[in-house]
Amino acid sequence: METVFTRTPTLKDCTTHYCPGCGHGIAHRLVAETIDELQIAPKTIGIAPVGCAVLAYDYLDVDMIEVAHGRAPAVATGIKRTNSDKIVFSYQGDGDLAAIGTAEIIHAAHRAEQLTVIFINNAIFGMTGGQMAPTTVLGQVTATSPQGRQAIGQGYPLQMSELLAILPGTVYVERCALSGVAQIKKAKKAIKHAFELQIGGANGLSLVELLSPCPTYWRMTPVEAMQWIEKEMTKVFPLGCLKNDQ
Amino acid sequence: MSEKKLICGNEAMAEAAIIAGLDAYFGYPITPQNEVTAYMSRRMPELDRVFVQCESELAAVNMVYGAVATGKRAMTSSSSPGISLMQEGISYLAGAELPAVIVNVMRGGPGLGNIAPSQADYFQATRGGGHGDYRTIVLAPSSVQELADFMSLAFDLADQYRITVMVLTDGILGQMMEPVILEKKKQRKLPPKNWALTGAKNRKQNIVRSLWLGDGVLEELNRKLQKKYDEIQKKEILCEEYEIENAEIIVVAYGIAARIAKGTVDKAKKEGIKVGLIRPITLWPFPAEQISRAAEKAKAFLTVELSCGQMVEDVRLAVAGKVHVEFYGRSGGGVPSDSEIMKEIKQLAAKR
Amino acid sequence: MQNTNKLYEEIIIAGFGGQGIMLAGKLLAQTAMKSKKEVTYMPSYGAEVRGGTANCMVVITEREIASPLITQPNSLIVMNKASLEKFTPRLKDNGLLIYNSSLIDYEPQVSKTIKVLAIPADQLAIELGNHKSANMVIVGAYLQMRGIISPDTAADCLTQTIAKRHHKMLEVNKKAIYCGAKFAKEQPV
Repeated sequence: METVFTRTPTLKDCTTHYCPGCGHGIAHRLVAETIDELQIAPKTIGIAPVGCAVLAYDYLDVDMIEVAHGRAPAVATGIKRTNSDKIVFSYQGDGDLAAIGTAEIIHAAHRAEQLTVIFINNAIFGMTGGQMAPTTVLGQVTATSPQGRQAIGQGYPLQMSELLAILPGTVYVERCALSGVAQIKKAKKAIKHAFELQIGGANGLSLVELLSPCPTYWRMTPVEAMQWIEKEMTKVFPLGCLKNDQ
Repeated sequence: MSEKKLICGNEAMAEAAIIAGLDAYFGYPITPQNEVTAYMSRRMPELDRVFVQCESELAAVNMVYGAVATGKRAMTSSSSPGISLMQEGISYLAGAELPAVIVNVMRGGPGLGNIAPSQADYFQATRGGGHGDYRTIVLAPSSVQELADFMSLAFDLADQYRITVMVLTDGILGQMMEPVILEKKKQRKLPPKNWALTGAKNRKQNIVRSLWLGDGVLEELNRKLQKKYDEIQKKEILCEEYEIENAEIIVVAYGIAARIAKGTVDKAKKEGIKVGLIRPITLWPFPAEQISRAAEKAKAFLTVELSCGQMVEDVRLAVAGKVHVEFYGRSGGGVPSDSEIMKEIKQLAAKR
Repeated sequence: MQNTNKLYEEIIIAGFGGQGIMLAGKLLAQTAMKSKKEVTYMPSYGAEVRGGTANCMVVITEREIASPLITQPNSLIVMNKASLEKFTPRLKDNGLLIYNSSLIDYEPQVSKTIKVLAIPADQLAIELGNHKSANMVIVGAYLQMRGIISPDTAADCLTQTIAKRHHKMLEVNKKAIYCGAKFAKEQPV
């Protein structure tokens, strides 16, 4: 029988710890496929964040390092500057990149570090139990915004990609969603482009933001979660390419 | 190569690190160690090595974390407030067993304190500083020459034991100039870095991590770390014993304080006082045995520090109540003078 | 290291920022090293140097140096009034005080055991064509008065002390050292 679909080698043959309907599994697969298609596994160094994806190294079969919460872009800088022949990517959630690690990502971008950043935005802190993230949308109920997020007092959803796109140090910023086949295909293309830029020696940071479902802490079914991304999240976080200098 | 150069401590340390094979320096300006950052910004690119001025000390220590994880020699330097900010990274370095070198050119605290010399970060340096059960090796030079010499030692120790080595110095040694000989030291025989992230080519994936969730796994790691720390305590203690043979009073001091105290010890001996000096060079591991041995014969100890009394606690633990341990310290930028130390020695001598 | 040599010269050089105090200290230290002495140089550093008073400490001996910090100097070189007021009370008996009489217009009150030299360092430097060499004038005078290390060696050491980008000023600074030395030599002891 002809095999029409198979596990990609960089994605390890194991069960993940992710909840049913979580977007991380899809995002991991897209990253793994990209690495395999570009045949860069032997020279890739990945950075796992603090957050739900902290164990990404258990699923992605490349050299990986786990770092303190939010510091991935600094660690990535240390790696890439001393190993310019390697392909370095960080995989970060919204708590990691948009809250505790805001300084690190802004400055890595501002220094035009030759890095690829995969930014998972699920509008919530997953690992710690569904608390409000900087990306939580207005009115969204979380463990720490029980009345729904209010702009006054709790702030507006933070649009990191828009912030980063205006910096001269970024070469490519695109926001995609993991909310359906068509969107996932676009996300794959974006991720691949972001890696290709680094391989080609582009002088700056490339970032792909992925709107990703968290059915568990959104208190929804996986299908509802996918729909919520398209109906609600994309209103605040519009999809599309924000910058492509190359 | 062996020509003497007049150079300040900060620059001597920087050049010595370069000679020791430093691949990357990451730093953030803070007084009184700005000469290091400035020196590195000039020298490292000349040698086609890496220099990054970071957005914070937090970023600096994490860049070090990244670079050393790939098997490179990397360092950062800072002064007290900046070192406080680095504690997160130091704890992660310990957890991930990465070899890093960090220099603390201490200044007055707490808080923003001032920029004057100080030794008030002893507790922070010798107790780990960040969260968790861990240690860093702490080297305390007392001259510009030693500050330079300890850089290659620091990198060797770091690589040998996969540990963070902190060179603990102060504003005086960082700023003062002395004739120094800068030369390449013989490197220790070091284990291969087969754990490093170099790309998983023809081998299994390498993972650098400090998270261990499995039942009992973290305890296992901690036991392993403790075993390593025990080995370091057995093998790596450095300590100068000066004129302690017949000493009735033993002065214990490190770094710049030891240097000042040594001069006082010489003067006091000329006046017929039986006094000697023990200078811990490694602050962790601490030369407790040497002090304990000296306590068998001596009648009193005097610990001198540029702090309100930190190392004195280790001295008292080592002396274990055998004899009286007196303390004299100045803090917040104050430096114990020769005559102040002399007064303390004489007071102790008079009690005999 | 047992050494019977009595030389233990502790010098404080003080003035205001911009007078080249640090450079004067570094030159003394460099010269001492060249003359095979033990030496330390300790600058005042950081915020306090900007605009305010600047001072540095140089210890020159023939044995191991304990502290690079000086509480009571043997020799004091002061370039302005504020430094004179601040440091003169700390000067040791039988010490040496050299002050810049271009900017200090009164005779300092000091113990009779102290040797005093008033030198119009700014005026002499201006006559040499470079006002900024007042520091070298006063260093030259110091070297002449103390006789521990020679003005010739100091002149030789200028190339190592002065940053390369200022090497066009080497000659005038050399002249300034000798000018200060000559001035000191001609003063009645």
